[in-house]
Amino acid sequence: MSPIATIAGKEIREGLRNRWVAAATLLLALLALALAFIGAAPTGDVAAGRLAVTVVSLASLAIYLLPLIALLLAFDAIVGEAEQGTLLLLLAHPISRWQVLAGKFVGQAAILAFATIVGFGLAAVAVSLVQAPSAGEWRAFAGLVGASVLLGWSFIAIGHLVSVLVAERTTAAGAAVAVWLLMVVLYDMGLLGVLVATGGQGIIGDILPALLMLNPADAYRLVTLTSFEAAADVAGFGAVSEGISPFAALAALVAWIAVPLGIAGLVFTRREI
Amino acid sequence: MSALSVHDLCKHYRNLHALDGLTLEVGEGEMLALLGHNGAGKTTLMKLLLGLTRPTSGEITLLGAPPGPHHRKHIGFLPENVSFSGGMKGREVLRFYARLKGASLDDAETLLDRVGLSDAAHKPVRTYSKGMRQRLGLAQALLGHPRLLLLDEPTTGLDPVLRQAFYGILRDLRDAGTTVLISSHVLTELELRAERIAILSHGRLVACDTLDGLRRHADLPVRIRAVKDGTERRLEVRPEEKMAAIRQLAMEPVDDLEVIPPSLEDIYTHYGAETDRADTARREAAE
Repeated sequence: MSPIATIAGKEIREGLRNRWVAAATLLLALLALALAFIGAAPTGDVAAGRLAVTVVSLASLAIYLLPLIALLLAFDAIVGEAEQGTLLLLLAHPISRWQVLAGKFVGQAAILAFATIVGFGLAAVAVSLVQAPSAGEWRAFAGLVGASVLLGWSFIAIGHLVSVLVAERTTAAGAAVAVWLLMVVLYDMGLLGVLVATGGQGIIGDILPALLMLNPADAYRLVTLTSFEAAADVAGFGAVSEGISPFAALAALVAWIAVPLGIAGLVFTRREI
Repeated sequence: MSALSVHDLCKHYRNLHALDGLTLEVGEGEMLALLGHNGAGKTTLMKLLLGLTRPTSGEITLLGAPPGPHHRKHIGFLPENVSFSGGMKGREVLRFYARLKGASLDDAETLLDRVGLSDAAHKPVRTYSKGMRQRLGLAQALLGHPRLLLLDEPTTGLDPVLRQAFYGILRDLRDAGTTVLISSHVLTELELRAERIAILSHGRLVACDTLDGLRRHADLPVRIRAVKDGTERRLEVRPEEKMAAIRQLAMEPVDDLEVIPPSLEDIYTHYGAETDRADTARREAAE
């Protein structure tokens, strides 16, 4: 078995043992179900299916929750092992540091993907029992799940970067919370504030698309709320995203996985143990 | 062929010379004891041999080539104060490392038995005592039949019975041709067990010889304690004058006579390995 698979397998087993997988899946499922039935209540006369409305609600939930779950899962990937004293022994084996990072990433990515697919999937199944969704709605839902998984993975990658940059586990935890606040909450608020102040004119208005790509959470919003017709009608997000191809946003999301992971690998391989 | 040779090896951290011009050669199948105070450079040397950190200058040749990840398949390593992910069971831990090392799972099972952990293999490592963790660590180091064993303070936390068993395993390995590098700051237990003893102090090699050789060169006095009519007499004589002194004492009506040869501790101290506390603290902080 390859070292990456061995380490990924260990991550998954530990995730199952310490109930991480169960807790994350349950949390996502409960919130998704709640949104599906409470959030979709005022559908009224809107010409949108129940699942389409649920997709939009889920996207708004996922954008806050998934980054938080991902960061909590990943922040101590390396620094935790270092503090526990197991890192030295792990690295004394015939594996490269890239393989250690890749194995950890694959394992945690699998945990998060499982929780997202099962959690959101349960809600979709429940909704479909009430009102049969159209094929378009199912596509939109599949897209949402896919994009949500990518969002989670990007924050796992960021979490790994944090975990190789700091020397102590507690510092990593603080940094992870700061990253979450900054990227998920404050970035949008700041952007919104500037847009309101300048009336959307001038340089900020012009480079807004680029600014949205510079944050995985916003790239995710662009992917989920614009690419699926059924959802876009409900979201009313069209005005902001005009001129941005959903593929560019998708590429930005993938880059937000590859780049932090790449930097983490470079930092980690250069580090003296 | 030498299993490992180190030439003029230096490892400098910011304001600390962890290793300073170390030259050392260990033959294949030899057991070398590495003695030194905390921060003398023992652990740094092992990390360099494992290729986990780069030397500032100097050369390392390991099993005929410079150290790198490919070597680690042939090196068994037991770190100081070994620890494992607490939730995993003993058998799970060993299988995990066996897979990483490309060793068979049967090998893991055999080693569990060999270190006497078969009965506890299904328990989480969290519940293990220090001695059990240390034995699991040794089993881990022995996975995949390593040609070179690096053991960093392996016997800390072991009771005397376990320590003897531990050394029994090491002797078997040496007899099978495994090269063993064992570090310690506990001196007495190294007596008679290692072929050569290298004493490190402040990153430098201050002596490297057999125990007898170290004794001879140190030329430390032999102490003699004689008790006569309830009063005690102590004298220190040079080794070659020992017999003469004993003969003379025996002529007198002494009640008891005790000859105390220089201990390893004395020899160790003689080679300037005494701990400079402030310096040690600084080194530990830097490491």
